[in-house]
Amino acid sequence: MELQLHIWRQAGPDKKGDFEEHYLDDLDEHMSVPEMMDHLNKKIIKSGGDPVAFESDCREGICGQCGFVINGHVHSPEKSTTTCQTHLRSFKNRQTLYLEPFRADSFPVKKDLVIDRSAFDRIVQAGGYIGVNTGQASEANTTLINHELAEDAFDSAACIGCGACVATCKNASAMLFTSAKINHLSMLPQGKPEASKRLENMVTQMDSEGFGSCTYTGACEVVCPQDISLKNITELNRKWLWEKIL
Amino acid sequence: MLDAKIPAGELKDKWQNYKANAKLINPANRRNYKIIVIGTGLSGASSAASLAELGFQVEVFTFHDSARRAHSVAAQGGVNAAKDYKNDSDSVWRMFYDTLKGGDFRSREANVYRLAECSMSLIDQAVAQGVPFAREYSGYLSNRSFGGVQVSRTFYARGQTGQQLLLGAYQSLMRQSAGKNLKLNTRHEMLDIITLNGEAKGVVVRNMDTGSISTHHCDALIIASGGYGKIYYLSTLAMNCNATAIWRAHRNGAFMASPSWTQFHPTSLPQLGSYQSKLTLMSESLRNDGRIWVPKSADEKRSPNEIPDEDRDYYLERRYPAFGNLAPRDISSRAAKERIDKGFGVGPMKNAVYLDFKDAIERDGKKTIQERYGNLFEMYRKITGLNAYEEPMMIAPAAHFSMGGLWVDYRLMTNLKGLFSLGESNFSDHGANRLGANSLLQACVDGYFISPSTVMDYLAEIKPMEKDEIHAWEKAAKRTKEKVGQRIDRLLAIKGNTTAEEFHKELGQMLYANCGLARNQKDMEFALGSLYSIQERFYKELLIPGDAAAINFELEKAIRVEDYLEMAILIVKDALQREESCGAHFREEHQTEDGEALRNDDDFRYVSAWEYKGDNRYELHKEHLSFDHVELKERSYK
Ligand SMILES: Cc1cc2nc3c(=O)[nH]c(=O)nc-3n(C[C@H](O)[C@H](O)[C@H](O)COP(=O)(O)OP(=O)(O)OC[C@H]3O[C@@H](n4cnc5c(N)ncnc54)[C@H](O)[C@@H]3O)c2cc1C
Ligand code: FES
Repeated sequence: MELQLHIWRQAGPDKKGDFEEHYLDDLDEHMSVPEMMDHLNKKIIKSGGDPVAFESDCREGICGQCGFVINGHVHSPEKSTTTCQTHLRSFKNRQTLYLEPFRADSFPVKKDLVIDRSAFDRIVQAGGYIGVNTGQASEANTTLINHELAEDAFDSAACIGCGACVATCKNASAMLFTSAKINHLSMLPQGKPEASKRLENMVTQMDSEGFGSCTYTGACEVVCPQDISLKNITELNRKWLWEKIL
Repeated sequence: MLDAKIPAGELKDKWQNYKANAKLINPANRRNYKIIVIGTGLSGASSAASLAELGFQVEVFTFHDSARRAHSVAAQGGVNAAKDYKNDSDSVWRMFYDTLKGGDFRSREANVYRLAECSMSLIDQAVAQGVPFAREYSGYLSNRSFGGVQVSRTFYARGQTGQQLLLGAYQSLMRQSAGKNLKLNTRHEMLDIITLNGEAKGVVVRNMDTGSISTHHCDALIIASGGYGKIYYLSTLAMNCNATAIWRAHRNGAFMASPSWTQFHPTSLPQLGSYQSKLTLMSESLRNDGRIWVPKSADEKRSPNEIPDEDRDYYLERRYPAFGNLAPRDISSRAAKERIDKGFGVGPMKNAVYLDFKDAIERDGKKTIQERYGNLFEMYRKITGLNAYEEPMMIAPAAHFSMGGLWVDYRLMTNLKGLFSLGESNFSDHGANRLGANSLLQACVDGYFISPSTVMDYLAEIKPMEKDEIHAWEKAAKRTKEKVGQRIDRLLAIKGNTTAEEFHKELGQMLYANCGLARNQKDMEFALGSLYSIQERFYKELLIPGDAAAINFELEKAIRVEDYLEMAILIVKDALQREESCGAHFREEHQTEDGEALRNDDDFRYVSAWEYKGDNRYELHKEHLSFDHVELKERSYK
């Protein structure tokens, strides 16, 4: 299989970047995108060049380390799929691919396709937890949580922190990420005591990181590899309204 | 002989006795002690958060860009606890026995008992953190079975249990990092240990974004760096998993225990081509409902659905009627290899076996199966493009879990004073084979419950660094830092023509072929010779582009591969030395007539702990295992 690649190269955060062209004519359609990048980098290194910096770790769609924009698709042209889980069979032979980093002011480019997503950690640090110390917990079955609620909490908790939602949003909003964490914790009985403080602190931190505001276009939900639902944002807005205005 | 310092008393009282006698440090004084934790997986994050909660000064390093990405995140199936919610006669004792037997009687009774004993609190802790475990309609926690046991003691959060447990630990870590007691450094890789008077007193780390190398002091050092199964290149581990932290500890005097004991997971996806970089795991929980088979005829040409039952060999059910498809991992993997080696494998490279859900779907309906394993089927579709609701999955064994690791005593302290090792990086509870869903548990129990008590007990024996020691420490730190710098310069200067990844692939193939699922003397001696020559070539032919002053992934890989190459030699030596089969260590020379592992309790009832002597030389120390509470039996799952 053959592909024409245009890959974003940028030496550092405040350097100017541009696309670099590579033509690969010995690919296998079952290769994953990072495997294609390994293959390309080997060629670049052997010919004395500077390999493309890109990140991946688990290569099975769960760690949230990977991700770039492929022909305008955040992560992948496939639905609910990370970059590492995208295989070349998703593209046509001889197709031209543009590979770019996730772009958002709050996710500065470190090098080539590598970005800094530490803003997400700081949002969690601001309140994305239940304040229980080791040893304080009571017997697990003393609090009953019905099946549907546990499933709903899981749906919100499944976020892998990849940042695709931000990268695809025209406002670069982090609402899907933030609301999913707030909802996961606040819908469970254990998370209720801190719900109000959590909401306030996480949203404040999100704003101070420079993420844009949400205009509810729903683009985030479409690219989310874990299918985190837009309902999380609706629910967050409802809570916010209740707390702050009513 | 090595002393594990197991507390006195009845098995069931040992941990309580230990805790009752553990030394304490007054809460106001705890902030004078500094603890460094390497790793933010389940074991590192939970330990760091718990120690910070106690009031110690904790500094954490991880090479990941976020603590949440540690490879614990990838665990799918579940975590065990002897809650006996199913009323199926589970108990701490039964879990202890299952684990000990599962490990083929090559682990320490007292440690294993403690693991089972602490399992219940872990579930309580995780639930309190908001981990959304699966629930019954009644609201009670749900369970399923895993390989090697006949009770249902596995708690799970769909197919993402590791992710959910890790998020719980990560959130606790982030909560502490907002306070005064904990500092978290991401994208920092530990490259060496600073020792002073034979004690671990700090680390040298490299900032992977800027390339700057710095030294950090501590009173106790905790390594929680995860498993090294990636040494086989193709494995279920993440691309960046490595042995550098434990290997550098080893070179500083910490013993490496049974490094050749690597578990091969029976239900991974098979290799499709030489470009492949990893083997994705399909959770073992699938074996609850899936049936494993190969065609009875090696020349079978029909598609799997066209092959009638009488032409299928459900080899696990045939060989192990009592456990069937839930036979333990080592046994299931070997049974698959046996069929594949004899030519019965399926798939384009004839390197796989079928895992079939047809009967389960007929029995329970597609919806139920979808609820149980939906995301795994989806993952399978993404990777292979195939629909497992309609045709059987194809699976194969893959390098997965490191039972071996740094030797630790009952306190989880290595023989190098002040150095602790937690989670998959240590050798402790799993013996020669780990039972499914026991290692998330072990990582958590080490981190939440054991290390807070044992590290404090240790710190209470020493004083925080005094002023007059600072000078000596600084000298030691400077020396170690220079060594790290020289090491990097040396690798960069080779400028050959082979990438680190090419060496890694070659190493992986060598180990798979000669020191993998089955091992014999002849092949291993051949491998040893080859490994020496790969190592020699590495120092002549390695090619790293760029320099050390900025992000350089190739340099990071080269450092890890250098350590892997050295470790591989010890792995083979370890496997060669052990003239018996036990658990995942299957020596072809030592098997029963029907191909089962043949243990030699008279001569090998010990843990091998290797001391580094420089230049690929090692000295063997033994920790003899005594079994006072169970009878040593041949491990039968028939
Ligand atoms: C695919 C898969 C599925 C699994 N499924 C299950 C399951 O269902 N049930 C179960 O019980 N177990 C399962 N396991 C095993 C289990 O997940 C692991 O054993 C466990 O999570 C390991 O946790 P850990 O804290 O020891 O290490 P990890 O989670 O691997 O964390 C290691 C940490 O160390 C850091 N690190 C390493 N080296 C350095 C260094 N030199 N400098 C700085 N930082 C460093 C890393 O950045 C990372 O933060 C599975 C494993 C895999 C691979
Ligand atoms: S590499 Fe882990 S999600 Fe893609």
